[in-house]
Amino acid sequence: MHKLFIWLAIAVMLACPVRAQDTSPQSGSVTSAPAPTGLGAILADNAQKIARPSRMTIGPVIDEIAASGPGASRFLQAWADKRVGLRESDDAVFIIKRVGQDYALSDPVTGEDAGTAPRSEIKEVKPNSGVRALIGAALVKFLLSDPDPSKRREALQAIERDGEASHLAPLRASIPDETDPKIKAEKQRLERLLTIRFGKESAERIAAIESFGSDTGLDLRGTLNPLVATRRSAFAGAPEGNVADELKPGRDISDAEAYALLVEAKMAPARISASEVQRALAAHVVNGQVGGLPLSEMSDPKAREQAYAALAKAGEVPQRLTDAEAQKLVEAHSYADIYAEPDPDVTAAAEAGLTRVSRQVSLMQGADLGLDALSLASIYFLAAIGLAITFGVMRVINMAHGEFITMGAYTGYVVQLFVPDKTLSVLVALPLAFAITFGAGVAMERLVIRYLYKRPLETLLASFGISIALQQLFKNIFGTQARPLTSPPWLEGALQFNDIVSISYIRIAIFVLALVFLALYLWVMRRTRLGLEVRAVTQNPSMAASMGINPDRINMLAFGFGSGIAGIAGVAIGLFAKVTSEMGQDYIVQSFMTVVVGGVGSIFGTLAGATLIGGLQKSIEWLNPSNTLAAQTYMILFIIIFIQFRPRGIIALKGRAAGD
Amino acid sequence: MKPGFLSKNPSVLWFLAILACFTLVITLLSHAYGPGVISTSMVKTLGKTLCLCLIAIAMDLVWGYTGILSLGHFAFFGLGGYMIGMWLMYERTRDIVLASAGDFPMTQQEVRDAIGTQIFGVVGGSDLPAIWTFAGSLPMQLLFVVLVPGLLALIFGWLAFRSRVTGVYLSILTQAMTLALSLYLFQNESGLRGNNGLSGLQNIPGLAADQDHSSVWFLWASAFALALGYVLSAAIVSGKFGSVIRGIRDDEARVRFLGYPVEGYKLFVFTLTAVIAAIAGALYYPQAGIINPGEMAPIASIYLAVWVAIGGRGRLYGAVMGAFFVSIVSSWFTGGRVPDLPLGFYTVKWVDWWQVLLGLSFVLVTLLAPKGLSGLVDLLAHIRSPRRGGTPMGPDQGSLQQEEARE
Repeated sequence: MHKLFIWLAIAVMLACPVRAQDTSPQSGSVTSAPAPTGLGAILADNAQKIARPSRMTIGPVIDEIAASGPGASRFLQAWADKRVGLRESDDAVFIIKRVGQDYALSDPVTGEDAGTAPRSEIKEVKPNSGVRALIGAALVKFLLSDPDPSKRREALQAIERDGEASHLAPLRASIPDETDPKIKAEKQRLERLLTIRFGKESAERIAAIESFGSDTGLDLRGTLNPLVATRRSAFAGAPEGNVADELKPGRDISDAEAYALLVEAKMAPARISASEVQRALAAHVVNGQVGGLPLSEMSDPKAREQAYAALAKAGEVPQRLTDAEAQKLVEAHSYADIYAEPDPDVTAAAEAGLTRVSRQVSLMQGADLGLDALSLASIYFLAAIGLAITFGVMRVINMAHGEFITMGAYTGYVVQLFVPDKTLSVLVALPLAFAITFGAGVAMERLVIRYLYKRPLETLLASFGISIALQQLFKNIFGTQARPLTSPPWLEGALQFNDIVSISYIRIAIFVLALVFLALYLWVMRRTRLGLEVRAVTQNPSMAASMGINPDRINMLAFGFGSGIAGIAGVAIGLFAKVTSEMGQDYIVQSFMTVVVGGVGSIFGTLAGATLIGGLQKSIEWLNPSNTLAAQTYMILFIIIFIQFRPRGIIALKGRAAGD
Repeated sequence: MKPGFLSKNPSVLWFLAILACFTLVITLLSHAYGPGVISTSMVKTLGKTLCLCLIAIAMDLVWGYTGILSLGHFAFFGLGGYMIGMWLMYERTRDIVLASAGDFPMTQQEVRDAIGTQIFGVVGGSDLPAIWTFAGSLPMQLLFVVLVPGLLALIFGWLAFRSRVTGVYLSILTQAMTLALSLYLFQNESGLRGNNGLSGLQNIPGLAADQDHSSVWFLWASAFALALGYVLSAAIVSGKFGSVIRGIRDDEARVRFLGYPVEGYKLFVFTLTAVIAAIAGALYYPQAGIINPGEMAPIASIYLAVWVAIGGRGRLYGAVMGAFFVSIVSSWFTGGRVPDLPLGFYTVKWVDWWQVLLGLSFVLVTLLAPKGLSGLVDLLAHIRSPRRGGTPMGPDQGSLQQEEARE
């Protein structure tokens, strides 16, 4: 659109000086023109046909023009755009442009400027839509073999959007001369698609359908779907046309539907509905009686029918078909789904093609679902890994764990307020979130948790008190609305494998982060002094203490470490979810589930739990995509039942480590 | 001579007397039966609070006496409310439909369809789901108030207890159950109007009285139910049964080795308290007027635990005190009637800061006063519990401790 305006503006600017110079009426230009050949000759010969084209007769002329060589495409384009005029005096054909009261003329063959003419001398040529369609089809050929590749691509896209039967021949003709291999491939694909839709022989259409195999392109499905579209209708005898499916009333369709089809086909009168009966009866209440029955009995449907029959007998209301009569009518006819496409071989091939495609699509969707499940699992894992330390190793139920996640996310938000660069801000936020939540965790352990190690249920309650206090505190500080935590630009977008399978970079990043944390956890717990001491203290505090380990210090550090990881998880989760004061709440129950299902005390159990829960939730969502709430509901039910059979989780600790 | 029930439970008489006085005073000060010093909405709040006290008793039975920290009892409370709410909403809608129908009598099908359209219009439906089959019958729905939560608790408890899920695991499991239930009810497909919930429950069909009167009647009903619940619970915990469940709380394994069917006891208490909770809910929601799945969110059940903990676990009157005190104070603070606290640099608005205060005071109670408010009663009655503290004298948890040994 913009381009058009620019061109128009340039044309106007060019035209203005021309007009200033040519103040004298032009006269010599025609006489001095060279003897016309090619396009010029054709135009001269067919001036009258061009001026008053009819769809019946113009075909050969257009073909001739199209074949005439240089200038043909420009002229056809002008003709289609109603920019061609005929000079009344000598029937010469020009490409015209309105300039004020006059027309600026240009030569149709060379495109050179040919002066101006007043409006009275020029007769505009206005081809009707039928003719314009013919011209358009001829033009396609030029566009498809335009020297400029971007023009060719544009033409292909236009055909792809809005293909017609007439495009097929020029498209085929342009393929052998195509030089760009990419555009050539596109042309060949489009040619096959158009063949499916508009091919004359059913054999070539079927061949084209089969040539695609199980291609999952949307364009192919868009081409095949209309072929197998059906219309449902009723027939007096056997169904006619390309029958997709014969329908039996009572089995495939209900009697009411069948009757509606009959009414639609004008094979049966429309039935008087129950509400119309009710209205008719209400309109004929006389002295508390309707059709000879008292009004009070009208709450009984049978009495209503009787009363209506009585009224109909008296001729006060139209007759109503009884149910039995309607049933008879329904049974006397046949019903079928009829393909709009008349050729049964083509529809069969299209159905087969669609089946292949949909099988392939389901496979792809399965792969996509797998990726989704993986990313959900890594989110759950990330949210739960802090708990794997505080709950899994230390056996402390920390209900405020969700608030530590929120705290991390808000840290990211505050950092972004001060550091505008997104990449840098996230890099700053990650360690800062760890530091802050580590501090919060240590404070909580020192002030509250350490007094309650022997009373786990009370730990649950006390940490819940902290949780509600923190949540309200966040609300007071940051307000109730969601705060933005923007991811760096290089994490935007998605890794696209094909039309169906894709995964956003941020989810890949979270997956990587989850793996990093798994490694970090394993390293800390198994390879460092801290990990050794943590394990010793959780197994037997008094024995550990007699070995020179300070249990208080170890508990404090371990709790802080678990909380710190929750803070980092908060930054990661905040990058794709909304940062609100309640975001931690969304993860807390799932996180506990993850740890419990996986098996308390085992990090690989937590990993397995996250995978199981993520995969399960995605697969339930896949069965019922409209309803994520249902997916969560059924997932929790599954977990409750799962715990019946494996109360200690997927990976159960054995022996001394099990604790009891 | 064996000591009688009342002499074993001196708190019962006290409790009944205080409850009766309370109800009488409120009645005499209400709009309906007195000068109207107490507004009708206040009467409703007090009535609702009595229902909350009832569910707190249930919570105390299951947690304070049996040691099962259930985070799911508010789900049973909500379910009871839904069951009675279905009848209230159905009957009221039927009255509206019949009133607007005109002279021509409707068939039963037409009435049902019209009710369906009225009730489910907001969620884009018009059919009454199958679970509304008996919504027109009060006795059936009253039966469901007991049956549905009772059966749910029975099945859930049987599954959970037989696989020996105990302690915090059981708490998390009950919380998951609550979450699943509230998520299920949030869906429109559940047939209970999704997140819209049931509304207009304060209008009792077939009752000509105005809200002034009906609110007082509900207060009486709630007080009566609370009294019954208290006496029943006292009877349960005072006998041999009570000893067994306290034993389960203190050391489950030992009770099992003594030959008691621990799972059976736990299942009985769990189911019974679920039913009490459901009855409390069925009384609560007609006074609240509206119920939606948000009320059953896991957090509500945790608040229930908060009340009982603040009141004092293991004593029935403690639970009642906690629920009454916290919910009254809470509605006082959140109602915006507490004056702001200017600190010079910042003004503390209690509407915003009440939750922080509640959370922190809850932590403090857990840490410093495990007996909760009912510890005050001990102070008054000069009861001192043995001191347990100092270094343990043996290697195991629960061994005799230094301070304890000194007494």
